[in-house]
Amino acid sequence: MTASTIKLNTTSEDHHIAHMAAVALGLTILESAIPSPLPGVKPGLANIVTLIVLARYGWRTAVWVSLLRVVAGSLLFGNFLTPGFFLSLSGAVLSLIVLAFAQHLPTRWFGPVSHSIYAAFAHITGQMLVVYLWLIPHAGIAYLIPVFATAALVFGTVNGLIAARFMEDKKTLVHENHERHEKFPA
Amino acid sequence: MFSAALQHIKPGDWLTLLLGSIFVALLTLKLWNGDLADKAVIRGGGKIFREVPLSPDQQIEVPGPLGVSIISIHDRKARIASDPSPRQYCVRQGWLQQAGEIALCLPNQVSVELIGSKRKYDSLNY
Repeated sequence: MTASTIKLNTTSEDHHIAHMAAVALGLTILESAIPSPLPGVKPGLANIVTLIVLARYGWRTAVWVSLLRVVAGSLLFGNFLTPGFFLSLSGAVLSLIVLAFAQHLPTRWFGPVSHSIYAAFAHITGQMLVVYLWLIPHAGIAYLIPVFATAALVFGTVNGLIAARFMEDKKTLVHENHERHEKFPA
Repeated sequence: MFSAALQHIKPGDWLTLLLGSIFVALLTLKLWNGDLADKAVIRGGGKIFREVPLSPDQQIEVPGPLGVSIISIHDRKARIASDPSPRQYCVRQGWLQQAGEIALCLPNQVSVELIGSKRKYDSLNY
């Protein structure tokens, strides 16, 4: 009997996407350890990765990373195809749609902070739609919207700042390396 | 640390933050402020005794099995000013202002309910 092997031909881009999705997954798991006063109010740290990927590698790559994170995350947490999974998915999909538009804002004026805030609002909008249309079709959930909207604004801003910070670091790092190379040519 | 964070916020980001804050504030005002009440429905013994608008200010005496409950309406608010019921829950409830609020005096069987332009759903009125 010969051992059968399945060989997938992967490109370096695939590896890159997998790598970034893994980082996002790590943040999701880290975040699940943070207690939340209200179910559903989470910082959404994984979105930092999505923002950075969006800025560096474009929207298509961000879609891959974000959706991989949602699906693989649900497999890890064991809630694939449960309501929780669809909540994540609807939030992620709506965020990505909004980011597709937000990324075309003039970069001179708008940075990751704006992207993050718009995506955060889109995220809760997607989730509230699923909650209202499917899980709890009752107008009473409207009372929770201000809480979620406030959380979206706060966490959206914080995540955007963190993403901007990371991109800044990378930029200065590259810049410094560049200078070093100029000073000390190999 | 804060100034380091602030330098990542571009002018448009401030605009986004401002718009976001206004949006959240409007949402909160819209969704958390119940309708202001228009009138008070006063019931005695399960039947509607009177429906009165919240202005002008007035005092209404409602007879019940234990005695007379006095309901006062003042400044678009209503309360039960005095009631012969032993525990005085409805009196202690104080002023009612928003649509849907209700004060119920037992065992004197007197109640005041504020209603607005549209009925809200709650566990009593679904």
